[in-house]
Amino acid sequence: MVTELSKTPDILAVHSGGAIKDSRSYRVFRVVNAVVLTGVCLVTLYPFVNLIAKSFSSEGQIAAGNVNLIPRGFNTTTFQAVLTDSMFWTNYKNTVVYTVVGTLIAMAITSTYAYAISRTQLKGRTFFIGIAVFTMFFNGGLIPNYILVANFLGWRNSMWAVVVPTALSIFNLLVMKSFFENFPTELEEAATIDGLTTYGVFGRIVLPLSKAVLATMTLFYAVGLWNSWFTAFLYLDDKSLFPVTVYLRNLIAAATGSQEITGGAGTDAVQIGANIQSVTMLLTVLPIICLYPFLQKYFVSGVMLGSVKG
Amino acid sequence: MNATKVETQELVVELDAVERPPEPARKNTWRRALKRDWRLYTFLIAPVIFLLIFRYLPMAGNVIAFRRFRPGSSIFGDEWVGLHYFEMFIGNEQFWNVFWNTAILGGLTLLICFPLPIVLALLLNELRSRRFKRVVQTISYLPHFLSIVIVAGIVFQLTSLDGTINQIVTAIGGDAIPFMQLPEWFRTIYVSSEVWQTVGWGTILYLAALTTIDGQLYEAARIDGANRWQQTWHITLPGIRPTMVVLLILNIGSFMAVGFEKVLLLQNPLIYSTGDVISTYLYRVGIQSAQFSYGTAIGLFEALIGLVLVLSANFVSRRLVGASLW
Repeated sequence: MVTELSKTPDILAVHSGGAIKDSRSYRVFRVVNAVVLTGVCLVTLYPFVNLIAKSFSSEGQIAAGNVNLIPRGFNTTTFQAVLTDSMFWTNYKNTVVYTVVGTLIAMAITSTYAYAISRTQLKGRTFFIGIAVFTMFFNGGLIPNYILVANFLGWRNSMWAVVVPTALSIFNLLVMKSFFENFPTELEEAATIDGLTTYGVFGRIVLPLSKAVLATMTLFYAVGLWNSWFTAFLYLDDKSLFPVTVYLRNLIAAATGSQEITGGAGTDAVQIGANIQSVTMLLTVLPIICLYPFLQKYFVSGVMLGSVKG
Repeated sequence: MNATKVETQELVVELDAVERPPEPARKNTWRRALKRDWRLYTFLIAPVIFLLIFRYLPMAGNVIAFRRFRPGSSIFGDEWVGLHYFEMFIGNEQFWNVFWNTAILGGLTLLICFPLPIVLALLLNELRSRRFKRVVQTISYLPHFLSIVIVAGIVFQLTSLDGTINQIVTAIGGDAIPFMQLPEWFRTIYVSSEVWQTVGWGTILYLAALTTIDGQLYEAARIDGANRWQQTWHITLPGIRPTMVVLLILNIGSFMAVGFEKVLLLQNPLIYSTGDVISTYLYRVGIQSAQFSYGTAIGLFEALIGLVLVLSANFVSRRLVGASLW
């Protein structure tokens, strides 16, 4: 196994490194390829740059269609305007709370569930795996879920409507399960002999040694919750409970004037400048951008873990 | 794996030594399992209750598609009405409009967003500079991490009358176009934003599959005189075919479930003729107009189409290429 692994890069190097033998057409291709991929990067980045430029531009310059890559009519008053809006802060704080609480609930359910179904001695294991996997292929649909949460549980205008129903992702569960399955059993055996119960083994041995997968799953859930808007939009009417994504959604809806404002959103139908929108978007996405190096690394490894098993 | 087996066996042996049950072992297994692993079973309490309430109860709640539901009645509705609600939407012209919109939008998305990640992955694979490759990956993955609300906001800004696209249009001598108010532009805008958001991230699994292709195959092909294009066609593409098939099946399965949240954010009444899809129609009649049973019937129909699509895609691919999800 080890020799195979160490051989592979050499072979790949031969495959991609035979520079001298390249045909003329392949050399042309390589130049075109580099140009195309640079183009892909520029097209991907442009909206972000445009967003930043608009955030620091004056409304007049934006409306005149002058703002592309660099701010025109540079100012920071837009930032001040957004940052002094108390509703923005209330909603931003809500997003933080929903993300933290939701992630904690989701991690508690996912990790205990994954651990239990990863133990081969668990009787009824197939059943307990099956009832989870089945929900991947068939689910209740929008309206039965709505009736359950809003009418039956009475969670209209409650934080629980946002953080609880989405608490278990089957993909994450299966990734974690396969990680726990590969956990060296000798450690657990030794701990059991030393007198630890299942709880002790899980809390003191398994979890501390699973930091990588726990971090990946936490990020999966946290990013999902941070970005989510629809459940909050569906179940919350009280402006002071909105997460920042719904605040932003209402801002955009009011500004473009193209959407009916629904669900008691009640944003005043004033014209909201593109600069205000840009600043709000930028502030909403800021934590994601700051964490991006971690996110990318862990997300990629999480997807890989999932695909190996899936 | 072996170690786990050994562990279970040892435990069983221990228990046997202690109790040595005279009655048939089968009768006692659940009791014994609970006795031995009761702590492990307590781990399952919360997740199973969660699944029952938040996954299986709504699933059973679909029964209101066949029953009259009034606000205030139980979550399973009041009385049976048979296929009344299904007949209602089958005979509804508006439903068929959103049905075809969904099929067209889903079809376009599949046609464009499925092959592009493969192309991008192949192009990335030809890069020699690791640093450049990493830069392209890092940048192209970024949109995946954005909230749909932000993506929608970006779309509105770029397509607005003073936005970048109209700046280009006016620069080349055209008149500014109110893109988001014209039904004929909706599909283009939706699919483009989908491409922007998903193509980079979509390469991950292909790039992983590419690294598993045996380098000796390329070596052998080169000795046989295959050029780069032939190597790609005869080695690289067959090498990532299982990944392609699995992702294609998954994409076909979610074909009719076109990005509900994004469409909801982007659409407005002016462009309903192309921009309204089943899920947004369902949301409007089901939630906003509180026709719960009617909405549920539509939702059930949509779920059924999805299930049929994924099963048939799976069947066809197993027959034709021998690869399938299960």
